[in-house]
Amino acid sequence: MDPQPFYTAAIDGLFGSFPTDADSLWVMLIGSLVGASCALVGCFLILRRLSMLGDAISHAVLPGIVIAFLLTGSRNIFPMLIGAGALGLLTAFLTDSLHRYGKLQSDASIGVTFTWLFAGGVILISRFAGQVDLDTDCVLYGEIIFAPLDTLIIGDNEYGPRAVWMLGGVTIANLLFVLLGYKQLKVCAFDPELAASLGIKVALWHYLLMGFVSMTTVGAFESVGAILVVAMLVVPPNIAYLLTDRLGLMIGLAVLFGVLSAVLGYWIAYLLDASVAGAMATVSGIMFILVAFGSPSHGFVARQLAQRRAALSMAELAESTTP
Amino acid sequence: MSPETPPPIEVHDLTVAYRHRPVLWDIDVVFPEGKLVAVVGPNGAGKSTLIKAIMGLVPLASGHVEVFGRPARQTQGAIAYVPQRESVDWEFPTTALDVVLMGRYGQLSLFGRPKRRDREIARNCLEKVGMAEYAKRQISQLSGGQQQRVFLARALAQQTRVYLMDEPFSGVDAATERAIVALLHDLREQGSTVVVVHHDLQTVPDYFDHVMLLNLRTVAFGPVGEVFTPENLHKTYGGRSHLLSEVTERLRQKEWIGRQ
Amino acid sequence: MNEPTELPPWLEFFTFSNVNVAFVFVGCVLLGMSTGVLGCFAFLRKRSLLGDALAHAALPGVCAAFLLTGTKNPLIILGGAMVSCWLGALSVEMIVRHTRCKEDSALGMVLSVFFGVGIVMLTYIQRTGEAAQAGLDKFLFGQAAALIDRDVWTLGILSVLILAVVALAYKEFKVFSFDPEFAAGIGLPVRTIEIILATLIVVAVGIGLQAVGVVLMAAMLVTPAAGARYWTERLGVMLIAAGTFGALSGGLGAYISYLSPKMPTGPWMVIAATILFAISFLFAPRRGVLPRLRRHFRFRRRTAEENVLRTLYLLGEPFEQWSDSYSTSELLQYRSMPTAQLARTLNRLIHKALVSEPAQGRYALTEFGVTRAARVTRLHRLWELYLTRKLEIAPDHVHDDAEEIEHILTPELEQRLAALLEHPDEDPHARTIPGRLQPGESGA
Repeated sequence: MDPQPFYTAAIDGLFGSFPTDADSLWVMLIGSLVGASCALVGCFLILRRLSMLGDAISHAVLPGIVIAFLLTGSRNIFPMLIGAGALGLLTAFLTDSLHRYGKLQSDASIGVTFTWLFAGGVILISRFAGQVDLDTDCVLYGEIIFAPLDTLIIGDNEYGPRAVWMLGGVTIANLLFVLLGYKQLKVCAFDPELAASLGIKVALWHYLLMGFVSMTTVGAFESVGAILVVAMLVVPPNIAYLLTDRLGLMIGLAVLFGVLSAVLGYWIAYLLDASVAGAMATVSGIMFILVAFGSPSHGFVARQLAQRRAALSMAELAESTTP
Repeated sequence: MSPETPPPIEVHDLTVAYRHRPVLWDIDVVFPEGKLVAVVGPNGAGKSTLIKAIMGLVPLASGHVEVFGRPARQTQGAIAYVPQRESVDWEFPTTALDVVLMGRYGQLSLFGRPKRRDREIARNCLEKVGMAEYAKRQISQLSGGQQQRVFLARALAQQTRVYLMDEPFSGVDAATERAIVALLHDLREQGSTVVVVHHDLQTVPDYFDHVMLLNLRTVAFGPVGEVFTPENLHKTYGGRSHLLSEVTERLRQKEWIGRQ
Repeated sequence: MNEPTELPPWLEFFTFSNVNVAFVFVGCVLLGMSTGVLGCFAFLRKRSLLGDALAHAALPGVCAAFLLTGTKNPLIILGGAMVSCWLGALSVEMIVRHTRCKEDSALGMVLSVFFGVGIVMLTYIQRTGEAAQAGLDKFLFGQAAALIDRDVWTLGILSVLILAVVALAYKEFKVFSFDPEFAAGIGLPVRTIEIILATLIVVAVGIGLQAVGVVLMAAMLVTPAAGARYWTERLGVMLIAAGTFGALSGGLGAYISYLSPKMPTGPWMVIAATILFAISFLFAPRRGVLPRLRRHFRFRRRTAEENVLRTLYLLGEPFEQWSDSYSTSELLQYRSMPTAQLARTLNRLIHKALVSEPAQGRYALTEFGVTRAARVTRLHRLWELYLTRKLEIAPDHVHDDAEEIEHILTPELEQRLAALLEHPDEDPHARTIPGRLQPGESGA
């Protein structure tokens, strides 16, 4: 019997461990939808230097979700998306008001606003633990593992995991928003003064973006929890930012890296029997580090080489001109 | 300037006061059509503020601005604004051509995309500023002078007849400076009005037709030959009135909102 | 024999009969005090959210410490947390310095990725079913009730240490926070100060984790400082206020945790701190929102009063006597204002004995009123003269401006103005400027 060469055995072993059962595929799909929807709006968030506002919104939607639960007694998608999404907009508005009318500096405005909202949400959960289908830990890192079991039931038929429908809808909505509003979002991010002088309503587009960010965090909440949504909102866009200078390509790459984080993250979580959301964030972080070093255009190595080359050519120039 | 057409920019009793920034008092000036106007004054005199106030980017405590006879608020896009280079993050992922195309956005509808004609116009404008071969270059790779030219091309792409520029000559190399001056003179030949915040007093008589001497209020305004005198310069640069500063400070403390 | 009556729990707390409870309470108070004080420096350097990122970054360190040593010794856990925090702070700096990513992105990435790593470790530990790990998820939201005395000792000592360092290095921290470039310019070791401050924040985060939890630690570093800012312009006072707010929040959190042990402590501390913030934001004497609104309306009312006075003065001026009375419509001809406002203002002026109503619907200045009105008119005309003479603004433009300014010129400014203009008699419209006040007359 021919023994397999070690490398094919290793590769077989490695890929063999990749989970392909139905539940796993569902989870990976859900994770990919989270990654994709977050990347689409996350790009504009980071270009406008509002990452921490995104962090704030993803925390502050919690009380909205809990209240939606308590009021409707169910986990119906629409009340949650709309109710909690409105809370995200409220956060953006309160933060802005504290800054503008309360004359509080912007970083503190963010910090003060979202923390009490999130604290309120945690207290509500603790208090109404029985009636609300969330527990404090799940809030932080989600329960994506159970998502495939939670199917959408209309009438007598099952239509697949609820999360897929919800996140699929959110992803499509974000895609439409980015496509239709592309030039406004771009100008408002690049040069808000020019945008205003051209007649574009900068404030409107700001709140539209915040609204879509809210909706995205609510959609992703059950799957990956409050804090790891931030990872998906911020890390893949930054990876893309280090790889390209073209906005369109950046958005596409961000989506790609979001999906990669989901798939690879799930794989690692599967192997370690640990939190999927945590693994997704970890993988995205590792990819960021790799790109930060190795990106051909903006990576650390490339920059060092470019500096070295520039220094060399200066030296050559100096040599060639000295008699 | 014919008596029937209203002047490109008319500023009436403009007063701007907000915290930590220079105040503008009762600015009253009419910019004539088809001239190159320099706005000069010491640091903190309010030159940038004046430009921004005309563009509607800062709130006015009182007064109003008219563009070609109509209230400024109704004429968005009629003035092409070239801000200071520092106002923008040059590491934004976009090309030079893209930036110039943004100048066309005022003409496009809500969901409209730039058409081929818009791209042609954008390319033409890049050519006019000598940046045609940099169209696809990332803006982060451009030098200071090149960035300034891209901003100018963007303004040209708006295809208006009025330009407001905030220190376009600062920090650019000699070649770019010459190119910008040539461009300004071309614009004047075409009958456009260009108002430029300028920091270099030496070149005012060479480059500009009219000059506005500004230090919190209008010290003087008129043709360079008449107005650009040592006496007026002394009044402009001669130091701020202490009384005025103190009154300003008390106003700020009372958080004076203004009449409107 | 009488049985001793038992106090209800919410009162019994304050007897401190249970030493452990007392310890926990004191520990939380000290914790709140030290984080409140430290938060001021982060606040002044506009880096309030750094604490948020570092707190989240502590989680992998906590889990790693447990994984490696298998114990929950507070010092070891603290050590792990601090190492992890430090790595987080370093990562933020490296990202900002060596890539083109911006600071907010760096904070967001470090926050979420480190936390993600921590969650992976935490869930891994949970799944392996180690009994001792049961306490680890207390670190997420804090559980003051779970603090035992060695935890509290650590907490207490380190809090005191933080406060001591701040007290010792107060001058240096102060200069550094307000203007790092200036500090460097006068020879302060800026880099060292920065590292010390960052280390103190890391320590604060480390000790706060058990009580407040990873997720909400940020609030204890931001909210008390933000609230304190509304009360003062002086750093020393701000530190004391922030320390007090933090202490109160910490104490309240511990108290509620005692009353209902199933509730996590962190959120209650945050709510307490936010309530204190809201009070500051609304009521603080000079910078609070409500006092500002009140001042604004008072100023508007005074302005309306002085405008009416001046109108009455104008009406009587051609005849140089003010015993005639005028109707509201006559007044409105000279000065337009909403009728309701005019009515209210006239009532107030009558109340202040500056205006009288000799006949129904007709109003005149009293003697006091004449003096007051003369003064306001004087200020108005002096300012007009100033604008035309000194600033060379055309005479027909100055009226509106003077309308605003006349209400804020103090007597001192008035004297300087008159001196500057060499005690003029006529304004730009060739009207007489009413004379200066004689000693003994009051125009206020």
